[in-house]
Amino acid sequence: MEYLIGIQGPDFVLVAADNVAASSIIQMKHDYDKMFKLSEKILLLCVGEAGDTVQFAEYIQKNVQLYKMRNGYELSPAAAANFTRKNLADYLRSRTPYHVNLLLAGFDEADGPGLYYMDHLSALAKAPFAAHGYGAFLTLSILDRYYRPDLTREEAVDLLKKCLEELNKRFILNLPSFTVRLIDKDGIHDMEKLPVGAK
Amino acid sequence: MALQDVCDFLQTLDESSPCTSLPNEMGCMWRTPLEFDRDSPFHFLFPPQQNSRKHKTPTVLSSTLSCLSPHQQPFQLSHGTTTLGFIFQDGVIAAADTRASCKGLICCPISQKIMPIHSHLVVNTSGSGADCMLWERILTREMRLYQLRHRRRLSVNGAAKLLSMMLHPFKGTNVCVAATLCGWDGEETQETLRSTDVTTVSAISDESALGSEKAASVNELLKDAHALSLSDQNTKNVLSTSGGRSGPRVCYVCSDGLQLKGEIISVGSGSPYAYAVLDDGWRWGMTVDEAVGLAREAVFRATHWDAYSGNNVDLFHITAHGCRRRDREDLKEEYYREREREKEKIKEREKERQKREGDELVEGEGDIYSGHCG
Repeated sequence: MEYLIGIQGPDFVLVAADNVAASSIIQMKHDYDKMFKLSEKILLLCVGEAGDTVQFAEYIQKNVQLYKMRNGYELSPAAAANFTRKNLADYLRSRTPYHVNLLLAGFDEADGPGLYYMDHLSALAKAPFAAHGYGAFLTLSILDRYYRPDLTREEAVDLLKKCLEELNKRFILNLPSFTVRLIDKDGIHDMEKLPVGAK
Repeated sequence: MALQDVCDFLQTLDESSPCTSLPNEMGCMWRTPLEFDRDSPFHFLFPPQQNSRKHKTPTVLSSTLSCLSPHQQPFQLSHGTTTLGFIFQDGVIAAADTRASCKGLICCPISQKIMPIHSHLVVNTSGSGADCMLWERILTREMRLYQLRHRRRLSVNGAAKLLSMMLHPFKGTNVCVAATLCGWDGEETQETLRSTDVTTVSAISDESALGSEKAASVNELLKDAHALSLSDQNTKNVLSTSGGRSGPRVCYVCSDGLQLKGEIISVGSGSPYAYAVLDDGWRWGMTVDEAVGLAREAVFRATHWDAYSGNNVDLFHITAHGCRRRDREDLKEEYYREREREKEKIKEREKERQKREGDELVEGEGDIYSGHCG
């Protein structure tokens, strides 16, 4: 139903998420933002069960900001990813596990860009590219074929467009538009919504 | 026995859900009101303990898994109702049908699904009737407490967040509430004072004769238009001073945690039909009459196609000055009126067709004559 994708370049991370908020068979909203800003250079993309996504993502978001307030400096992406994973794991065997799938993308001064894949069983993996949702089945092989570690920004956006074309062609559900953001040393940049001309 | 087989009596008993909900604060397992919806029509005949003994007590694992797994059916359009809310340049319209159903039975044909919370906020509810009534009261209480403590009304988005947070501990249990908060985010205390004077939530009027009902509703709309044109100045002031923070808002809150802000929200089993009408006719710059007409049409279509929606339509219009309630309208009348209109249209088309054919015949005869003479 929902789709997330992330591509890491040599000095940036490109992420995209679909914009549909659905309730059973109805699209209730066409411009829903699934990305949560954890800090100036970290984004959390969150899909999964209806209330769990917002609840968990906002919990992580507020805790990361609390860390900054208490200690005076921000968590690095790796630390934030591990913190998120720990929380997911703690809730997993409780009465109220969070059924969410996440991508965490960030830029660290020391380590550079990082893309972290997390799923609802609290697995964590740092990956050069990743996707969540049914659409991932269709697009991971495209990413395999065309990804190179030294992609430029334009090439990464082209690769993303290729993936979205494939979704439009073969995915049974209609995902009309995607929010695209890019993180680099200057922070988070909003890019044009894809497909071009979508509202 | 024959009657037993016809109504699947024993089968429905077996199908009734086990009491998987964990013991509540009272320390005992008791059937939640929601099971009203899903169980057999004969549930009221049996005391609660009988069902729980029938089915084995769920283990911890199964209850965890039931939290993780989604609905079993291909898709579940639950909440037998049609409610809708949308914003436009002149406020918010909230509309709903009035049928409360329980499986195949209409429990109440004149229930009220739109409840005013305060002068500038109404909530459309769907889901389990008892849960909705309870959560409405809880929300009203919390909003009033906020207003008393902070000397200003909580915004619609704030109310939605509050409701969402209050419902979150009950996620995974059978609480079933899908509420649409429709309201106008107001300005500070001055506006509040003025609007409480002007609040005009009119009482329910019974089904009177059609003529007087129509006249009453037309009068209401004229009053509306007049009042709004007078108060245009005030509205403009409100909008300009707040810098976009006041205005019409519509927000959807669901007991499974979904919270959405939007322009058009429709909930319930009749919502796909309503969405079709709303998406076609909605524009931001609609007049009040157009908006009311659109909402009526949407609910009417939904009640026509959906078995679980019907009877009457309730309509509320909320502006900066409070909410106005339109008289409850019986859709049966609308249905018959529409059939009459269709008949008229068919007659007219017939006439036109005959006229056209008549013209063609005349032309044709003209040709024959000319050919004969020439």
